[in-house]
Amino acid sequence: MVWYIVRRVLQLVPVFLGATLLVYFLVFSLPGDATAAICGERGCTPAVVAGLREQYNLDQPFWIQYLLYLKGVLTFDLGVNFSGRPIATIIAEVFPTTAKLAIMALVIEAVFGIVFGLIAGLRKGRLFDSSVLVVSLIVIAVPIFVLGFLMQFLIGVKLQWTNPTVSGDATVTELLLPAVVLGLVSFAYVLRLTRTSVIENVNADYVRTATAKGLSRRRVVVVHVLRNSLIPVVTFLGADLGALMGGAIVTEGIFNVNGVGNTLYRAVLNGDGPMVVSIVTFLILIFCLANLLVDLLYAWLDPRIRYA
Amino acid sequence: MSHTTHTGTRGHAAADGTDGPRPLLELRDLAITFSTSNGDVPAVRNAHLTVMPGETVAIVGESGSGKSTTALAAIGLLPANGRVSNGSIIFDGEDITHASEKRIVALRGSSIGMVPQDPMSNLNPVWKIGFQVRETLKANGLPSGPQDVAKVLAEAGLPDAASRANQYPHEFSGGMRQRALIAIGLSCRPRLLIADEPTSALDVTVQRQILDHLDTMTEELGTAVLLITHDLGLAAERAHKVIVMYKGQVVEAGPALELLTNPRHPYTQKLVASAPSIASRRIESAKKAGIATDDLLAPAAPAGAVMDRVIEVEDLTKVFKIRGNWGKSTDFTAVDKVSFSIARGTTTAVVGESGSGKSTVAKMVLGLEGATSGSIRFDGVDITTLGRKEMFDFRRRVQPIFQDPYGSLDPMYNIYRTIEEPLRVHGVGNAKSREKKVRELLDQVALPSAMMQRFPNELSGGQRQRVAIARALALDPEVVICDEAVSALDVLVQAQILTLLADLQSELGLSYLFITHDLAVVRQIADHVAVMEKGRLVEQGTTDEVFDNPRTAYTQALLAAIPGAGLVLPPEVA
Repeated sequence: MVWYIVRRVLQLVPVFLGATLLVYFLVFSLPGDATAAICGERGCTPAVVAGLREQYNLDQPFWIQYLLYLKGVLTFDLGVNFSGRPIATIIAEVFPTTAKLAIMALVIEAVFGIVFGLIAGLRKGRLFDSSVLVVSLIVIAVPIFVLGFLMQFLIGVKLQWTNPTVSGDATVTELLLPAVVLGLVSFAYVLRLTRTSVIENVNADYVRTATAKGLSRRRVVVVHVLRNSLIPVVTFLGADLGALMGGAIVTEGIFNVNGVGNTLYRAVLNGDGPMVVSIVTFLILIFCLANLLVDLLYAWLDPRIRYA
Repeated sequence: MSHTTHTGTRGHAAADGTDGPRPLLELRDLAITFSTSNGDVPAVRNAHLTVMPGETVAIVGESGSGKSTTALAAIGLLPANGRVSNGSIIFDGEDITHASEKRIVALRGSSIGMVPQDPMSNLNPVWKIGFQVRETLKANGLPSGPQDVAKVLAEAGLPDAASRANQYPHEFSGGMRQRALIAIGLSCRPRLLIADEPTSALDVTVQRQILDHLDTMTEELGTAVLLITHDLGLAAERAHKVIVMYKGQVVEAGPALELLTNPRHPYTQKLVASAPSIASRRIESAKKAGIATDDLLAPAAPAGAVMDRVIEVEDLTKVFKIRGNWGKSTDFTAVDKVSFSIARGTTTAVVGESGSGKSTVAKMVLGLEGATSGSIRFDGVDITTLGRKEMFDFRRRVQPIFQDPYGSLDPMYNIYRTIEEPLRVHGVGNAKSREKKVRELLDQVALPSAMMQRFPNELSGGQRQRVAIARALALDPEVVICDEAVSALDVLVQAQILTLLADLQSELGLSYLFITHDLAVVRQIADHVAVMEKGRLVEQGTTDEVFDNPRTAYTQALLAAIPGAGLVLPPEVA
């Protein structure tokens, strides 16, 4: 098991190298002059431009730029962004907010998705099942920005239950609404996945045997149906955690959350190469670690899976 | 929950209506209906049966006959769309036909236990064996400490029970899992045990051990057993009373031996005539009586035929590398220096239990798996040295038929396309001549040509296996390799397919390599038998030699394990 984890962590090295190389290359290939974004509309003098180029190694060929960047990363120096702030500081500033938001969204989608999915699966074809299916279909079909603005308007502006936007402190109460919006689509998927899985398992032979042993219905459902049904759901949730950490660009935009997604979005608009590469790399590592966590959780849920 | 007090009811089957003890389980005019999207479908009609305390009653029938449904109804385990539409279920004097969920839960486990059919799918894969035993004891209010769990498992014949209880189902072999399930079924000392095909998924020798153990245990505890099986031989050997079900109805019931020797209903007669275990037993009996057995045995090789060997296997070995920790690997010898040959136009059977390497042999002879060493000569040419193109030609002459007719046909291909595909792949003829060939083939396997446009899911298991045979014959092969080709089929269908294979052999001069675990089938179809144990060929000879004078203990054990071995049948039974 330990050996397996070591191997998985070692696998992060090529993933890290490949991802940074790819993202660096994409940013490098962006059309336009990076210095133009820094200088703004009034432009800089040629001397300043040359200075900027030297500072950000923009005058070097691609490989040299990339290797210089790697050197920085390996010495824990992510460099500065185009506004001159250390990138590591910025990430440290915005990541906690995003992490809080992502975990809240994950808890919401997991709890509601699994509970509703279980009930729907056990009552397949009945009213509850059908209505839940229709609702989940609507949630999946309507784009997130529509749902986001709609809920912001209804709950935040009309009913005034919460603030329509999130302040710099990003408290848990403030993040509740964005977390619901963020988790909504995945909630629908978790629900459907749990439902399908429960329907499959409830007819399994071992469930019938468990019933024949004289167990109560409740115990059969919780011990023999639910745990087995959670195996595919956990895989989905783990992958989703990685996605939520980085993919909250739209939601963070709507609710004005100062998180990783918003920062990344601004960096892309500004053509801020070092910033984009650093954030994306950071997200990739988070994603890989989330996947590792899922695989370990998977082995815990399903003893047939053993890692050597 | 103590041991039942009555003694000695076992051994004399109390007939209905005698003034003996009260029946433990009584089904009166039971009808079970399934509601489907096409309306109500009756699954069981007017089923009538009585189980006395301590008695073993077997229900025999083919799949779909309603035998399992009837038994499951007694423990309130009908699928969600099934219901008892008429009649009553009386357990120990109490009508439980429409008993409350609470009452049924109270009866399950403690009064009525169950041993299910497939040990692979009936234990929850994510819980330890011990946990699954413990929750049974707990749910029925019995002490459930580790020592109680170990005791229950040990009673069911599980060696090293205390430490085994800490293992997961996937760490158990099929036989061990079935012992665990028997342990669970009997753990709360039920008075009635429903055993639904408890051993049909197991190897014959294991099957015998398990059934023997189940017999001993239920006898000691005085448990009545309702045994469900498709094997009439097994039913007759194990039960006092046999009930034959056919299409949802009880067609015949009576003491086991009487039913075998004097079947009255046409279906029972057919069943008696074709059950492999009984057929092979009949051959034995006939031989002992000195009666000519020609019509009972597989057609022997034509007299005076040159011993032309179509396949010669010599010192065939297959070693698999099993990956271990730290990148190390250990060698596992699946097939160890196996040599045998197949004479043209005859059938050679390779027999063994799961894990004996028999299927690996089949794969190597088919050229689907490379040999580690040794040679396979087909018509004198070693196929292990063939190039791509020669291999392609070889495949045309050697065709397989696999075990599972549900898995071996592409569900997206209709029957015509399924059978025509090998012809097309090998560029035989044009569209028109291929269609003609497909029609001929369907005719040969006795399927109507109207079936060409149908899809596999519209066919029964037997029909599918016929399609698989037609496909195998499409390229006019010389050798057909049947890997457990009839084991997934019901006995009557099995008999039909075996007859079909035998007819095709004499018609087309085919040679068969028959891979099977079922010695009863071997007796009916094979000319030569090779017995494999743990990768090695331990014995071979003509079928008569091997069956009459088995030399190794392993073969003797295999033979003794054929269900019905204990039956003595007059040879004229048919």
